[in-house]
Amino acid sequence: MLQASPSPTSSLAARRPGARLAWIGQGFLLLLAAVVLYILITNFLKDPPLFIQVVLSGLQLGFVYALVALGYTMVYGIVRLINFAHGDVFMVGAFVSFYAVTRFQLHAWPAAVFPGLPAGWVVVIGSLTVVLLSMIVCMSMAVTIERVAYKPLRDAPRIAALITAIGVSFFLEFFGALYFVFSPRFIPYQRPFEVVTWYIKDGIHLVQVGQAPPPGSITFSNIFLIIVVASVLVRVVLQFLVRRTKIGKAMRATSFDKPTSRLMGINVDGVISVTFAVGAAFAGMGGVLYAIAYPSIWTQLGILPGLKAFVAAVLGGIGSIPGAFVGALIMGQAEALTMGYISTPMRDAVAFTILIVVLLVKPTGLFGEAAGEKA
Amino acid sequence: MLLEVKDLHVFYGAIHALQGVSFSIDEGEIVTLIGANGAGKSTTLKTISGLLRPRAGDVLLNGRSITTIAAEEIVRRGIIHVPEGRKIFAPLTVQENLEMGAFTRDNPDEIRQSMERVFKSFPRLKERLNQYGGTLSGGEQQMLAIGRGMMARPKVLLLDEPSMGLAPILVEEIFRIIQEINSQGVAILLVEQNALMALSVAHRGYVLETGRIVLQGSGQELLHDPQVIKAYLGGH
Repeated sequence: MLQASPSPTSSLAARRPGARLAWIGQGFLLLLAAVVLYILITNFLKDPPLFIQVVLSGLQLGFVYALVALGYTMVYGIVRLINFAHGDVFMVGAFVSFYAVTRFQLHAWPAAVFPGLPAGWVVVIGSLTVVLLSMIVCMSMAVTIERVAYKPLRDAPRIAALITAIGVSFFLEFFGALYFVFSPRFIPYQRPFEVVTWYIKDGIHLVQVGQAPPPGSITFSNIFLIIVVASVLVRVVLQFLVRRTKIGKAMRATSFDKPTSRLMGINVDGVISVTFAVGAAFAGMGGVLYAIAYPSIWTQLGILPGLKAFVAAVLGGIGSIPGAFVGALIMGQAEALTMGYISTPMRDAVAFTILIVVLLVKPTGLFGEAAGEKA
Repeated sequence: MLLEVKDLHVFYGAIHALQGVSFSIDEGEIVTLIGANGAGKSTTLKTISGLLRPRAGDVLLNGRSITTIAAEEIVRRGIIHVPEGRKIFAPLTVQENLEMGAFTRDNPDEIRQSMERVFKSFPRLKERLNQYGGTLSGGEQQMLAIGRGMMARPKVLLLDEPSMGLAPILVEEIFRIIQEINSQGVAILLVEQNALMALSVAHRGYVLETGRIVLQGSGQELLHDPQVIKAYLGGH
């Protein structure tokens, strides 16, 4: 904190030596914003369908990030911990679905059990089963991690729990890399359903197999639709959970004040477990969808999406659920637009530049409350 | 005895905060603990409600020890602690705060009845039902805190400084309601710095000084005790 100078004659600038620097910084940021805006507008005018295509791919990415960011923000809201292992829970979600589909053909169970079922239903029910299994495995794993690694440190300084979270994250990545676990290789991911693509040009048409969509059209796939629907659905369910249900209200109470929540008869440890479980379930779903969308998996698959979802949560205001969602959508756009108009390797640089800018300009994020260090 | 505290010793690290505190509350009583800042009043309440663990001594509810039971379980047994500083859930609405008070209960009809009873005592809360707890005035927050406590259907209500920071007219109102709640058969343990008000409504009182009970008696006795007058009632 800057301290007021004892001298009454000192000028404003002298009392706040950072003021001029901050002004330069803001000027730089405004310039940056102007350049970004210029690039976007010129590119949009140059080729609108391409621009929309890029935005759609950003939406797909953003909605997956949203699923992960919700878990970060919920857990932070309730235990003030950045759960760095969250991205690895996401990875485990992808792997569970891989084994379920490739080894055990779980996605085909409705056909085996009900031979007369129409193929469409087999795919829908089978795929949902796979997602559900991943979610359940991730939930139980996150609850276990919380009990074993975080709960004993509940009253320790926060940095201890944070370092532990990083430790858990490494453990999952490198334990998973053992040959008898997931192996350290990239593994091609087999989708539980076929990709169907449509293009928009004078109406919506199906893209036939082996045929390219006509130039100047906008394409989207069933994967895109599934990701958008799943993510929006999760958002709605979560809103209902947090606002309307008893456990959700207890979550908000616990997040605000743990001792007083206990005086209400709320089992605070139980509420924390539920929060981890819900966040992990969404991450598990996100992991499956991510693998379906970008079908090559390995044990460090969760690191970058996890970190980017974390940036999204910070951008939206960590602890805020709507913030995480909006932040994730912005991150998706930033990345897709970078890939489309600057260069693909720049995507990560831009993502983390956003983190730095947010921390410099508005550390509380878009929807964050003034950072209060609540006991 | 409904609630009995026996030779309670509580430490904060190396600090011996309670040094053998014993007292009791019978059904239907208002008992007050008075004492200066740091005498151990709030510590006593936190130990009874399970937020703190005693190093020695015992807390008995209907003759059964509750010192090893988790705070949330103690709530289920009927001891409700309305903490110092109200501790309203600021991001929850008034209604949600009251619902949290009834967290241990399941029957929605009964909960609604309890809420109606709270509104009878505190009509102001009904007007503010959908407002966030953090936007209430200090007096309203205190009403909400007590109302929230009532939602759990307490056998014993522990009130920590309910008059703190309130205008005199509100203090009178709060004490009137405390007596009203008591007349419905709820035993009350009242911790207060406002010794005059506390002793005038209490059946019995205890004076706490640096972690020890130094004086006890009926409310009226203590109100006329020269030591109490000198130390806590600002008299001469």
